Amino acid sequence: MIGVGNSRFGTRQDVNVAELAFEAVKPALEDAGATAGDIEFMALGSAGAGQWYEELIPAAVVAEYCGLSGAGLTRCEAACSSGSAAFFTAYSVVAGGVADLALAVGLEKMWETDTPTTVEIIGRCGYYLWEFHKFGMTFPAYYAMHATAHMAKYGTTEEDLARVAVKNHKYGAMNPIAQFQKEITLEKALQSRVIAWPLKLYDCSPITDGSAAVVLASEEKAKELRADTPVWIGGIGYSSDTANLSRRQDYVGLRASAAASRRAYEAAGIGPGDVEVATVHDCFTIAEIMAYEDLGFCGKGEGAKLLREGETEVGGRIPVNVDGGLKAKGHPVGATGCSMIYELTRQLREEAVERSRQVPLKKYVALAHNVGGTGHYCYVTVLRR
Amino acid sequence: MASADFTLRSRPLTLAYQIPAGRTRRFWEGLREGKVYATRCPKCRKTYFPPAADCPNCLTPEMDWIELSGEAEIEAFTRIETQPASFQEQKPYTVAIGRMKSGVKVLAWLVDAELKDIRVGMKARLTTRVMPDGEPTYVFVPAA
Repeated sequence: MIGVGNSRFGTRQDVNVAELAFEAVKPALEDAGATAGDIEFMALGSAGAGQWYEELIPAAVVAEYCGLSGAGLTRCEAACSSGSAAFFTAYSVVAGGVADLALAVGLEKMWETDTPTTVEIIGRCGYYLWEFHKFGMTFPAYYAMHATAHMAKYGTTEEDLARVAVKNHKYGAMNPIAQFQKEITLEKALQSRVIAWPLKLYDCSPITDGSAAVVLASEEKAKELRADTPVWIGGIGYSSDTANLSRRQDYVGLRASAAASRRAYEAAGIGPGDVEVATVHDCFTIAEIMAYEDLGFCGKGEGAKLLREGETEVGGRIPVNVDGGLKAKGHPVGATGCSMIYELTRQLREEAVERSRQVPLKKYVALAHNVGGTGHYCYVTVLRR
Repeated sequence: MASADFTLRSRPLTLAYQIPAGRTRRFWEGLREGKVYATRCPKCRKTYFPPAADCPNCLTPEMDWIELSGEAEIEAFTRIETQPASFQEQKPYTVAIGRMKSGVKVLAWLVDAELKDIRVGMKARLTTRVMPDGEPTYVFVPAA
């Protein structure tokens, strides 16, 4: 990776979808020292094109607006991991020797529809026919089911869930691109209204507009463009699980996360103990606790303990989501995967991250964990400097 | 920064899909008769719920229909307080996943139970009901 960019996340009704993408593409190209005309292939991740926003073929729209027309184009859909699917596609194009310079863009515009409609569209991101049509499942509900199962099996509490929100808001307050830049208290989180029991408002990531972009180059191209601090892809792991939640083995973790991380660790030749900073998919607070366990940062059922002991804070054993995570930075569904790469690239470069949340590094190994749907898709990416 | 309140309204688009249900007709008609059907592969004997018209295990395209009955054990549940657009007229509802004795799992509303009385591990019975809109559905009720 030789260039990254990220728009400000939030309610962005001041820009349309193409203008929002431009806010990430421009800094990414400038960071890479490349021009739009140099990009041979662009993969754009967006889950809600034509649903949350009006454009059905956003890759072509964004390419034209950013001066990329003529490049190879595709849109990738992997629900909330669409950004990682785009990143994986752009990586494959370069690693496979098809192109020397590719761009991955993650994009979502979720504030053009009203909230019940937005909730409906996300709720349909499972198996519509069997779990939405008659039963009106929502995304908070899918994760709330995991929360009730995890609480029953491991004794995880509503306070433990709220602690994830408190931690991530703390770091969101230090991140100028975050949707929520203020700290919250445990009491405030616990007293917020119930969305899908036991998940409350502060257990849920918000509805967000945002974009992120990453320029990927072959080794030769990186040298040619004199990239000063390239960040390397150590390995990417991927997996999936059934569309129907009723066909899953259990509800205390995501099998796709465990399988994808095993593949990523193997590809990178590392283990979970080598990771020095991670972004994990905290679309809901319970998801971050399950991620600690599924990624091997702690044993099964020990996620809440790891959090309580402060091991996932800056200065802890494995700092997680010190950009605010999906919870406080915001979760523009298709943008999130690329935004994780943006954050970790800046962490590994140690050059521009707000100093208060810079993680101390020795091995310079970072990990991004991006889940699509309720563990329907998963991508885990290991980065190195 | 540009003004956030200067927007254009797109042309409205209303979508309702006609979903083919011919190959699972027995299931949908069964609900009207008070029965919940799953499918079983005559070749590899795997049971599927929701019912699948094709077997992904051995690729057999012809399946047997079997009735699901008896008690289920609740493995996970939630109560949805913030409903999607098309469920706005509903009161908050409880959804649960229950494992049937045969091993297959079912996701459905859990009715006739207070949230405070619902536990992971509790027993529930799978039955059919008619929705307020007149459509038949399947639900869990607490086991007596």
